[in-house]
Amino acid sequence: MNNINTLTQASIALKFGKTTSVELTQKCIQRIESIDENIGCYLCVDKIGAMKQAIDSDARRKFNQSLGELDGIPIGIKDMISCKGLPLNASSKILQDYLASYDATVIRNLRSKGAVIIGKLNQDEFGMGSSGENSAYKICKNPVNLSRTPGGSSSGSAAAIAANLAFGTLGTDTGGSVRQPAAFTGTVGIKPTYGRVSRFGVIAFASSLDQVGVFGHKVEDAATLLSGIAGYDEQDSTSIKISVPNYNLTLNRDIKGVRIGIPKEYLNKDVALDPEVKTCVENAISRLRTLGAKVYFISLPHVHLSVAAYHIISTAEASSNLARYDGIRYGPRIGFEGGFKNLYKETRGKLFGAEVKRRILLGTFVLSASCYDSYYIKAQKIRSLIVDDFRNAFTLVDAIICPTVPSVAYPLGERINDPLKMYLGDIFTIPANLAGLPGISIPGGFSKENLPIGIQLIGRPFEESNILNIAHMLEKILKINNEPVK
Amino acid sequence: MADYEVIIGLEFHIQLLTNSKLFSSARNGYENRPNTNVDDIDIALPGTLPVINSKAVEFAIKLGLALNCKFNTTSIFSRKHYFYPDLPKGYQITQHDLPICEYGNLNFPTKNGIKAVEIERIHIEEDSGKSLHMDDINCSYCDYNRAGIPLLEVVTRPDLRSAEEAMDVYKALRTLVIHLDICDGNMQEGSIRADANVSIRKHDEKIFGIRTEIKNINSVKFLGQAINHEFHRQILKVESGQRINRETRLWDSHNKISKPLRDKETILDYRYFPDPDLPPLIISESRIRMVHNLIQELPIQKQIRYQEEFQLTANEASILISNKVITLYFEQTLKLYKNAKNIANWIINEMQLSPMITIFQLAQLIRLIDDKIVTTKIARYIYEKLLNNQAVMPIEIVADEKLEIQHDCEILQEIIKKIIINNPTEVQKYKSGKTRVFEFLMGQVIKNTRGVADPNMAKTILKEYLDQI
Repeated sequence: MNNINTLTQASIALKFGKTTSVELTQKCIQRIESIDENIGCYLCVDKIGAMKQAIDSDARRKFNQSLGELDGIPIGIKDMISCKGLPLNASSKILQDYLASYDATVIRNLRSKGAVIIGKLNQDEFGMGSSGENSAYKICKNPVNLSRTPGGSSSGSAAAIAANLAFGTLGTDTGGSVRQPAAFTGTVGIKPTYGRVSRFGVIAFASSLDQVGVFGHKVEDAATLLSGIAGYDEQDSTSIKISVPNYNLTLNRDIKGVRIGIPKEYLNKDVALDPEVKTCVENAISRLRTLGAKVYFISLPHVHLSVAAYHIISTAEASSNLARYDGIRYGPRIGFEGGFKNLYKETRGKLFGAEVKRRILLGTFVLSASCYDSYYIKAQKIRSLIVDDFRNAFTLVDAIICPTVPSVAYPLGERINDPLKMYLGDIFTIPANLAGLPGISIPGGFSKENLPIGIQLIGRPFEESNILNIAHMLEKILKINNEPVK
Repeated sequence: MADYEVIIGLEFHIQLLTNSKLFSSARNGYENRPNTNVDDIDIALPGTLPVINSKAVEFAIKLGLALNCKFNTTSIFSRKHYFYPDLPKGYQITQHDLPICEYGNLNFPTKNGIKAVEIERIHIEEDSGKSLHMDDINCSYCDYNRAGIPLLEVVTRPDLRSAEEAMDVYKALRTLVIHLDICDGNMQEGSIRADANVSIRKHDEKIFGIRTEIKNINSVKFLGQAINHEFHRQILKVESGQRINRETRLWDSHNKISKPLRDKETILDYRYFPDPDLPPLIISESRIRMVHNLIQELPIQKQIRYQEEFQLTANEASILISNKVITLYFEQTLKLYKNAKNIANWIINEMQLSPMITIFQLAQLIRLIDDKIVTTKIARYIYEKLLNNQAVMPIEIVADEKLEIQHDCEILQEIIKKIIINNPTEVQKYKSGKTRVFEFLMGQVIKNTRGVADPNMAKTILKEYLDQI
């Protein structure tokens, strides 16, 4: 048991009878109970439910009816995702005590493969934030260094992997919320192509950018988990009918001759790139060369506009998506006695956090009749230019490599009062969301302060298997030790 | 007053007869107990997403074709934002910039023949829930059964110049959607609601005055009343030198007045933007063609055919067409017996538009009248007997009860002789010039022959005898 740390190890151990789901689940829960108080990954742990699922899983296995690689594996779920019977709060006071009445499609998919849903993971409120500090319930810390942020918004999902409090976790990624915390915690995080994974049952932040992603210790863990949740869903009109490969089966392909692009814009002086991060990426590139990959400089001429465009589009959509939280049909309410206008004012004014309100205000502003053309429409035009930039680039290369984040995990509290600086940390992750492309972050090394550095690979639409394969080869040659912290 | 002309444009909200709602699989039916026809999507639970009901799209195409509209191959769903407790998502999904179809026309019958009004657009949208305000207990309730019911909004150009025309358009559109099987046409329940945009101008003026909008009218009569009221209200204002406010008004049908709802100039900013949860709606040529094949003869075509082919009056034709069951009943009966005029007359006047006997019974009954086998009066008697008895045919009742018109001259002569003998006073009156007594004596004849006497023959004989005395 002590040498079972990753999802793949757990899966193999289960397969060969070296452990049971009950044992894995119990160990997870015990570890959460003993150390999570200091980290803050979990908002709720479904002890009874998880044990029931584990017992069922072991019974299936006993009768040779195992549902596959995920059967019996404890998985943690970001609080944005609806799991029937469990709290669904999006780390917000406005959904305090709200219990989900149905399973999101990704949860249904996981359950159909026997995964054990262990609990709900902390995050920035409604996915808005990059440090985990915007949770209305508790701050999540970076298990690698407890004074640092684990990143966000999927803070708990990343930290739970880093601290071995789950074997796999689901997050959501609107502007980097899976890849950035993966980079900060030294874990693997992949955001698939927009439309690859159903958004049904996932609380919407910015519908045209949101996508569910997964975390694991190793690329193969992420590949297994992504295979488990991906696929067309008729309940999500934006999901795409393309068959999902078993991502594990394509992990060891030779990358000789694979063309990899470095966006030259990312090396501009005005991009505040930490030299340690730069060195780490350069090292990764040279290792890829040794594996036979061909590396080219490419140009994404409009990518410098992506943060601005992102904050217009995402806040516009958020202001609309969050209109439903009004205290009328569900959730707590304040100011009920003063008529419904007062109810709206008090409930939304007092129960949304500062960052959420900031974005609702910004989004409401950019959608107003007098600003619509000069902000929203213009941002959409930039978005299509960025889509074209990537399309052009992908005629020359098969994948793009760049840092995940310009820096390593910064101290908690450092940027909470400087939203612009916080927003700029997403400069490398946002473009993949705007273009709907798959992106993966893997550990590429450590800084002098021993903080993890993330390497990002971006691929063509629906070519997750390609970037997973490159990432896997890179991971093997880099031999990064991202064993869970003790 | 005569100097002014009224300018009217109409907007209609048509509730579609789909089984489920526009974006969820909840049952479409808001008449049930409150909040029973709702699912997670309708009450906007966190994480829910809309999926377009393809039947509603088919219905929109149907109406678009019937109104000769131009289709947009790609149309867009947008979100229209406002906060109200009966609007679950905080926005309504509607079509804003690019509706499913535009630029059509509706031909509608009027008492002065068939006219046309231009259609600006048709778009698909969802209905909101319903708020019930209990002012006496200072409390409001929300019923979300109606939330998400598919609607088509039809907008006409301001082409109409009288309340009568507007009423005719309302009637014609209602008849059309009933015949297309896309709406039940139940006005009282709000299945087809009208808004009227009304302005005035002097006859020699080119531009329209400032318009007001009268919202949520659910009867043809109220539409006429509301427009006429608004016409006079605006004239009074202008004549007294006041400005007309651009505003939305509500028609109070009980007190027959309109009241301002809100000032449109300070209207809320709805913050429309394309719904990122719904990809653009693509309508292919082949899909339009497929729907086209489902459309049968349109009511306006029937109207023309009934008038031209069957010589029905415009009113008779309208009445038969305004109810699809009646239209079908009429046309089926006509297949059995080809006297359209008499069938129409019977259905409208004798049967009062309730088809309680079979088409076979009706066809035979009218044939019996036409062939002078029974009188109209006897036919009514037979009709009563046929009600709730589908097994028996009129001819059997005629045979059983000997109801054929009595054409035998000698028998009639005997009966009439007896009547003259038994009613000496009346005969005397008649002879002294009080000819109205004749009707009484004819009545006696009918009574004594159980109504089967050939009325013309009886009349001639009676007159002959009286004159002989």
